[in-house]
Amino acid sequence: MNVKRIAIAVTMIVTIVLGVAAAPLRIAVIMPSATTDLAFSQSMWSALLTVQKEMGGESALVLKYTDNMFKVPDAAAAIRDYAGQGFDLVIAHGSQYGSSVQDVAPDFPETTFAWGTDVNTFGMANVYAYTAAAEQGGYVNGVIAAMLTKSKKVGVTGPIEVGDAKTYIDGFVQGVQSVSKSIAVAKTWTGSFSDVALMTTAAKTHIASGADILTGSSQSVVGSIGAAKDNGKVLWFGTQADQASLSPKLVVASQVYDWTGMLREIIAEHQKGTFGGKTYVLELAGSGLKIAFNPGYALPANVRKAADTAISGIIKGTIKVQP
Amino acid sequence: MKGLFSLNVLTGVLNSMIALATPFLYAAIGETFAQTAGVVNLGVDGIMLLAAFGAFFVTLMTGNLWLGLLAAAAIGLAMGLIMALISVTLKAEQGVSGIGLYMFGLGMSSLLFKVLVGTVKTVQGFQPVSIPILSTIPFIGPILFNNSVLVYGAFLLVPLAWVVLEKTNLGLKFKAVGQNPAAADSLGINVVAIRYLAVCIGAILAGIAGASLSISLLNLFQDDLTSGQGFIAVALVYFGGWSPIGVLGGALLFSAVNSIQLWMQVLGVNLPASVAVMLPYILTIVALMMTANRARQPAALNKPFDRSEN
Repeated sequence: MNVKRIAIAVTMIVTIVLGVAAAPLRIAVIMPSATTDLAFSQSMWSALLTVQKEMGGESALVLKYTDNMFKVPDAAAAIRDYAGQGFDLVIAHGSQYGSSVQDVAPDFPETTFAWGTDVNTFGMANVYAYTAAAEQGGYVNGVIAAMLTKSKKVGVTGPIEVGDAKTYIDGFVQGVQSVSKSIAVAKTWTGSFSDVALMTTAAKTHIASGADILTGSSQSVVGSIGAAKDNGKVLWFGTQADQASLSPKLVVASQVYDWTGMLREIIAEHQKGTFGGKTYVLELAGSGLKIAFNPGYALPANVRKAADTAISGIIKGTIKVQP
Repeated sequence: MKGLFSLNVLTGVLNSMIALATPFLYAAIGETFAQTAGVVNLGVDGIMLLAAFGAFFVTLMTGNLWLGLLAAAAIGLAMGLIMALISVTLKAEQGVSGIGLYMFGLGMSSLLFKVLVGTVKTVQGFQPVSIPILSTIPFIGPILFNNSVLVYGAFLLVPLAWVVLEKTNLGLKFKAVGQNPAAADSLGINVVAIRYLAVCIGAILAGIAGASLSISLLNLFQDDLTSGQGFIAVALVYFGGWSPIGVLGGALLFSAVNSIQLWMQVLGVNLPASVAVMLPYILTIVALMMTANRARQPAALNKPFDRSEN
């Protein structure tokens, strides 16, 4: 009888162990806009899908997302819900979610939390922070823009003067000025990440003032790209995600956030039992930032060469871009 | 600052003002009809969103802008009927039902966009149509008479709505059920039917307001495309004292200041961007305080009509 009980117990333990071993990793992500916004949210969702594919699909990595979480209290509830459901990694993909992560993370010490863009882990062992040195790609885009402008006027359509929206534009201005100090860079801020109508009007205002090149960040820049497309001659430089699909002939290049390397490392650390305590910064040097040149736009060879020089200069540290 | 007073800037401000005012005019004049008949519809933004998506999707699928516009109007009508059913027939609290309608429109447009389209795409929207002779008038010709049909429609709607509200029997009925539904009822006016009609006209116009964004001014759809414009439209009705002419003034003022603040930023006027983007709102509030005309507010606004209580 005892032997039979032991056999049943062993069978159960083996089943549980095998079951646990085979259980897929589960990652949830909370985002402020849609997974298909051609900008910030899409950059993270695309990276997660890439990592899922690398790991062997849904049997190895389960992904869940909640998007359009522009209301922080709703996002905080979603973060807590996912952690409560036992997700291994909860990503709060928005700089507005910091206080929510700070509030929830201590209650789930074995859950990995990652949030950004920011650098603050709050000194917690289960919180990662991440950000992008957006000024680096901004600089490269600025160099190209300065060499392509004929009117010597460049327009920047920004949402709110914070975070990577600001650092991208700061880098862009430095890039333009590295080529010529006589090129005027005019900036507008709409005060909203989502107001497409006002962003479109801002872009049209730049065009009416003589700008022949535009750039900007946030999900609302689809309006700016639309304004450039309607004009037919104004060029666009993107950031966060590859925006060439919106105007294949007029988008010159986009700075692309590639979070895959960071995600691979966070997952590996989680599986080893480390749940946070580190800040990641995407840079051109680590391939976290990439410049996606649009094949549909015929970039002159000398301009491409200048762009490549700027990229290698930033990677080597000979060009310092101030955020 | 000097560059702010050039002809180029004035042209730019007027062009942007006309474009920005277009959705406000449709939505706010539509809301003027509903409120004149005593129904506050706070769901305007939700109607605009769902209709903007409908117009965009039908245009994307068929390439026919008029079908897209029809879809927007039909969606507006359907949502207007829902609003009227809840607030007029079932006598639910109007503010709450309007907010419910807004949230439905916001969520449903986002869901349908995700399922049916997936990513941001653009369509070829209504193109500017030059009106012969008028468009050749120096300076104002290209600004006023070289716009898309939906822009012309928005500005033609102002006198049309004024005539309907001020000079027709139907307008009188709208006012009667908005001021004193019991008296109107005693005179044989079908209060419920008139309120249904007013809410549906308003909702159809809100639908066209949504279409003006997605297939005329922006030519794309994205989550929360309106970014709260429907709520500003409701505020414009109060601003305009429940008159289409007043609404026109408010829409033009708000849009012009928004356009001017963008020009100020482009020209590098030394004013923090955060202050610049507040200007349209600050000025609107100041103007509202100075022109507040509560006397025109429909007396039965926000009050359900129950025949058995009278």
